[in-house]
Amino acid sequence: MSAFADQVYLLGRRSVVRTVRQPANVVGPLIFPMLLLAVNSGGLKAETQLPGFPTNSFIAFALAVPFIQGALFATMNTGTDLARDIQTGFLNRLSLTPMRGIALLCGQLGGVVVLTIAQVAVYLTVGYIVGVRLQSGLAGLVVIVLFAILVGLGFGALGAFAALRTGSGEAVQSLFPVFFVFLFISSMNIPRNLIAVSWFRDAATANPVSYLLEAVRSLIIIGWDGQALAYGFGIAAAIAAVALALASWALRVRMAR
Amino acid sequence: MRTLQVAQGVAWRTLHNVVTNPSLLLPSLIFPLFFFTAFAGGLSRISDVPGFDYPYGYTAFQFVFVLLQSAVFGGVFTGFGIARDFENGFARRLLLAAPNRLGIVLGYALAATGRWLITASFLTVIAFAVGMRVGGNGVDLFGLYTLALLMNGAAVLWSAGVAMRLRTMQAGPIMQLPVFLVLFFAPVYVPLALLQGWIHSVATVNPVTRVLESARGFLAGQPTEVGLAYGTGLALVLFFSIWAVRGLRSAERAG
Repeated sequence: MSAFADQVYLLGRRSVVRTVRQPANVVGPLIFPMLLLAVNSGGLKAETQLPGFPTNSFIAFALAVPFIQGALFATMNTGTDLARDIQTGFLNRLSLTPMRGIALLCGQLGGVVVLTIAQVAVYLTVGYIVGVRLQSGLAGLVVIVLFAILVGLGFGALGAFAALRTGSGEAVQSLFPVFFVFLFISSMNIPRNLIAVSWFRDAATANPVSYLLEAVRSLIIIGWDGQALAYGFGIAAAIAAVALALASWALRVRMAR
Repeated sequence: MRTLQVAQGVAWRTLHNVVTNPSLLLPSLIFPLFFFTAFAGGLSRISDVPGFDYPYGYTAFQFVFVLLQSAVFGGVFTGFGIARDFENGFARRLLLAAPNRLGIVLGYALAATGRWLITASFLTVIAFAVGMRVGGNGVDLFGLYTLALLMNGAAVLWSAGVAMRLRTMQAGPIMQLPVFLVLFFAPVYVPLALLQGWIHSVATVNPVTRVLESARGFLAGQPTEVGLAYGTGLALVLFFSIWAVRGLRSAERAG
């Protein structure tokens, strides 16, 4: 194994072990989205009676939301862990070693990917148990996993960027409400064409999170919708590219020897 | 008398901290407004669902929920402050200095009320500014805000009990999560009659449902289940008063 791959593996394993050892970091991303799904799917079931609602199962409609919520938790976990590394001096000690800075980022994000896969498995299993069947079939399942990994990477890199710039776990945590606003002002609970208030519909249309939700949703309730997938993957890839570039730059600044 | 003096001191300090610290004040103003926007703005088409019979529109329907939610979370956020006071040692000094320690609990409860009144005023002004229609008269609205005040009291007493037992900020989720669940297992988005399946069963036995339905009745000028709602609110306050006082005794024993 090359030295770089070795470094990534060790730091990735550390990231995963650290996450697993903090039950709140595992339980939060798994349980909280499922609770919100239960609450909303029960309370908003009546919405399926609206003319033009795309499915008669609200839980199938809402199952896309945990994927994005899980990614938000990934942002917070990555950022908080990295901020703790900065606050405790771990990053400074690391910068005295021959380790390449980018290996730290890759390792940290490797941990995010592992957690994302676990989340997706739980969300889809719960969905299957309550009767949701993917209209896109087994291939759709693979696409959902790939999409979730891409979104998790992008949001995880955003969390890393925030941590590297601020060096404070508290500052990273304070980002959570901002992300939550993006989630709620989206097509999270109702299709955009059914939003009656025009400014809200416009805000949801301008909000990239709507397209991330709609990509996952299309695979669950429609089947294969090229446009929804193109928008979803395009936006997720753009977020990931920008966030990774920002995080790499912030890491170089932080680890200036 | 000494109880009231202690309560006054604790309430003034807590309120002063909240009002002069934007990181404490802004979330309690912005979050209810955000939920009001997201629910009333994004989900207004729900009023077109067959059987939705609230006469004053979806904005008024959601305003009542968000008002109650802000009251409850105003109490929970005050509980976070109590936990913080224990973590930084202030609460221990307070326990030593207070001639009557029940005044400490009362002071935090008064602070929660003051804090929520700021939020409620802000939310009400915004709701009227965006054209919320109201059917109730002054007496009905007094009934609505008093019900919310009871929920605020119950929530701060619940949170105080948790904070005084655990005495750490890490108790935050324990204060918040049950409250979140109880609130959202009520008829948040549609009237109780339109809920189906398990959520209808849960909402029917959820005490917050009685309060919420009655509060919506007040806003519409058609009071319903008033005795049951007030009875529920008072029972919650009484129960969590005992819980908070026992929490105080636990903190005293811990030293």
